Amino acid sequence: MLAATSSQFPVIPAMILLPFAGAALIGLLPRSRGDLFRPVALLTAVATGVLSVWMLVGFEDVARFQFQVNQPWISDLGISLHLGVNGISLFLIVLTGLMFPVAILGSTPSHDPKPYYAWLLVLMGASVGVFAAMDLVVFFVFFELVLVPMYFLIGLWGHGRRVYAATKFFLYTMAGSALMLVGIVATGILHQRGTGGPLTFDMVAIARDQVISRPATLWIFGAFAVALAIKVPLVPLHTWLPDAHTEAPTAGSVILAAIMLKLGTYGLIRFGLYLFPDAAVTLRPVLLTLAVLGITYGAVVATMQKDLKRLVAYSSVAHMGFCVLGIFSLTVQGIEGSVLVMVNHGITTGALFLLVGYIYERRHTRLISDLSGLQKSAPIMAACFTLVMLASVGLPGLNGFPGEFLSLLGAFEGARWWGVVAVTGVILAALYLLWAYQRTFHGPATGENARMKDLRPGELMVLAPLLVLIVFLGLYPAPMLERMEPSVKALVAHVDRNSDGFTAVERRYVGPAEAAEREGEGG
Amino acid sequence: MTGFVAVLAATEDIPTPDVDWSAIAPNLILMLGGILLLTVVSVVRGRLPGWFHAVWTISVATAAIVAVVPLWQRVQDSGPESVLAGALVLDGFSLVVTATICVSVILAALLLEAYLRRERLGGPEWYVLMLLSASGGVTMATANDLVVVFIGLEILSVAVYVLAAMHRRRVSSQEAGLKYFVLGAFSSAFLLYGIALTYGATGSTNLSRIQAFLADTVITQNALLLGGLAFMLVGFGFKVAVVPFHNWKPDVYQGSPTPVTAFMATAVTAAAFAALLRVYVTTFGPTYRTEWQPLVAALTVLTLVVGAFLAISQTNVKRMLAYSSINHAGFVLLGVLAASAAGDAATLFYLVAYTFMAAGSFAVVAVVGRRGDGHHDLSDYQGLSRSRPGLALVFTILLLSQAGVPLTAGFLAKFYVLAAAVESGYTWLAVLAMLTAVVSAFMYLRIVVTMYFAEPEGEPRRPRIPAAAGLAMGLCVVGVLVIGIVPGPLSDVANDAVSQLVAVGR
Repeated sequence: MLAATSSQFPVIPAMILLPFAGAALIGLLPRSRGDLFRPVALLTAVATGVLSVWMLVGFEDVARFQFQVNQPWISDLGISLHLGVNGISLFLIVLTGLMFPVAILGSTPSHDPKPYYAWLLVLMGASVGVFAAMDLVVFFVFFELVLVPMYFLIGLWGHGRRVYAATKFFLYTMAGSALMLVGIVATGILHQRGTGGPLTFDMVAIARDQVISRPATLWIFGAFAVALAIKVPLVPLHTWLPDAHTEAPTAGSVILAAIMLKLGTYGLIRFGLYLFPDAAVTLRPVLLTLAVLGITYGAVVATMQKDLKRLVAYSSVAHMGFCVLGIFSLTVQGIEGSVLVMVNHGITTGALFLLVGYIYERRHTRLISDLSGLQKSAPIMAACFTLVMLASVGLPGLNGFPGEFLSLLGAFEGARWWGVVAVTGVILAALYLLWAYQRTFHGPATGENARMKDLRPGELMVLAPLLVLIVFLGLYPAPMLERMEPSVKALVAHVDRNSDGFTAVERRYVGPAEAAEREGEGG
Repeated sequence: MTGFVAVLAATEDIPTPDVDWSAIAPNLILMLGGILLLTVVSVVRGRLPGWFHAVWTISVATAAIVAVVPLWQRVQDSGPESVLAGALVLDGFSLVVTATICVSVILAALLLEAYLRRERLGGPEWYVLMLLSASGGVTMATANDLVVVFIGLEILSVAVYVLAAMHRRRVSSQEAGLKYFVLGAFSSAFLLYGIALTYGATGSTNLSRIQAFLADTVITQNALLLGGLAFMLVGFGFKVAVVPFHNWKPDVYQGSPTPVTAFMATAVTAAAFAALLRVYVTTFGPTYRTEWQPLVAALTVLTLVVGAFLAISQTNVKRMLAYSSINHAGFVLLGVLAASAAGDAATLFYLVAYTFMAAGSFAVVAVVGRRGDGHHDLSDYQGLSRSRPGLALVFTILLLSQAGVPLTAGFLAKFYVLAAAVESGYTWLAVLAMLTAVVSAFMYLRIVVTMYFAEPEGEPRRPRIPAAAGLAMGLCVVGVLVIGIVPGPLSDVANDAVSQLVAVGR
């Protein structure tokens, strides 16, 4: 594949293979060279990240899939290694390229660095694979493959009830995947029957032809939706998440929140809307309801948490609810907002988990009741935490705002009453995060809390790129919107065209983010 | 009277079939290899090095695989043929199963070498019996006549009954042998009775004649034939351990010497499924599919569910793998149930993939079992990742493959079977099968958890890994990964092999 001398360098296969090669290299290094594992892992992850940025630069603002590679893999089943990116997956791949170096830099394993870094790199390669896959089976392969490294990361380097959390995570996701696999098989076979052509699992072909009968698509969409809803996670399938996030090591939590959860929402856009638009429109009320439920439930439960990390974990449930709300508003704004939430939630929650990890390293507790007045002993950390927390709350000017705003805007246009309920989630988010901040960082600093060390320069350096992005993407999201808009518009038009009784809502309102974008366009 | 004269006249010139020796070469090599080994060893007793038997067995099995290759070419060029006056059939399907059985002989022989040395059990009998059993398996896979199926089954089984009881010092081994024998004899009786009823209904035991007869004739009173089908299903079901005929399996797998268990899980399963598929799908498929499919569907449901759920409640790893093999049998049965070309290919693919997964897993079990072959409790795997990281990794890969994680053989095996089932309209069964796979995954994870996450009580033991067992494990892991990542060659072979199966007989 790398030898392809065609028009361009096959950047996507390189981004998948590079981490795998790095993992293999770490596997081959002797244990005695323990000092090499971290540099090799970091170098590989950064190189992959650089490739993702290179891809971002070379991306054209059009709807079609770019950087495509298509290699037959299992020819008798018509499965091919078809990879490509469009405006929706582009930023998730860049996010992967960003968050893995941060996660590797941001924390060190307590023991056994060799398998730790090897698994992290495997996870990275597989994550890129999920976002770039254009063949249903290849998507599934990577989707399942991410489970294995994550399972070991939680189980071997986690805290407390790590084995329970790891097993629960694995089985939950696998149960969903089992349904999805049958759904994928059925999609391929029914598509073949419908067209009379050869068997194929190519997403573009299946989405284009739309030959599967309506009852069948409802079942298949249901199977996909359950699998992806577990991954998102949507209430009531979320119970694996608090355990997995809380017990995972810091890097594992960062990756879980920043990348793994996005596999679910990304899958809903890519396989829910794109492949089965009609079924998505029909089952939309169910998903919207679950999304709104997730927003409010996640927020309320987060408020009640005593453990800081668990609080952040539940806040993810709420944020991902906004994502799903945006997607199933079926408006351009809603889906754009949803993609923005995905990326920005990845950045802010990743940063939050890093900060909680730093607190835990110093204080060996995450209980809010044990922490108090940290801003006196660690003012820089408090400042970072404030910024990240406000971004997570959705303060205008920081990166949490545009995505949530556009999601809600889309919901008001496409699904008004769900939008009305969802707005309460914004208020609750302010409540639980500000309250948690107040309890941990304000108040009197006593005992251990008074002696806590502030962020080291190295740790600040790890956070710096995230903080910069939090501000930059909050003030100026237009570059992202410009790149994703053609793809999102094409997707909404596709749904409009291929579903009964649904017309995409015309754009009537212009939010500040779009106003900025308009200016960017108009010049 | 005239009939009697005719018989007399006929006896003067008994038509002896032309024997195409080259067509049955793999089977002959296995059988003669076994007999010759017994002869050589009894002549030059005591002067042979310890490794001789294993090397001999592996060479014989390799030679048999080599003999398969020109036959495969021949079948690909000129189509399937029947051999020995229609008693055997030479087609792609039988050849692939033959090669699979030979591979499992090689893997089991490697395990046996290390095992016998450790247990201080000598003797060529183990290898002789294994070769003869394999020859029986090949006979089953190539049989074109119900009587030949039965003969093959008996050769296969009798040798394995003895092998199961071969560990002289372990009572559980003898118990396993006896249990297997008694229940096996019962099931043979069922099979034979089924064959007799089928003969009564169709007037022949030859599979191609039965197929032709059923194609031409509509039987108005088909109770006899249905009875025959049901009884034969019991017979085959016992051999492949389909629920509710599975009760022997955990006990026998647990009690038998572990290399023998590996052989049973691979060669015996492959041979029995090959015969089952040939009889039900090829012979009765075109005409009587609607009669046997509901029956097999019910058995598949039971096999999948019972295999998965009983596996998770076990604490003995050998028993866990025994129950999980029942779950796997359910998946293979799903391929048989599809009763289509895709289903046949999927069955074949699954059998080959399972050979590597099962042989490799039991290889690990044999090594961890240590001297006495008794340390099979889950707690014996505690801390294995510390004391033997390589062994733990190998076992993890094999278990994940059994669970169906992508990039391993197990995933694609399941994928092919599911595709075949969905194509034949058994989507609900495919969903059920995948859900039971999740239940099984919990069991595999329990083993992984024990190896990696559990703190060992006291000093973790370092099981010795003999070179031969290490080689077997290496082969299995490579096989599992290669099939999982580059499945093209195997799936091509499986597809080619299956298209041949339809045309049986001259």
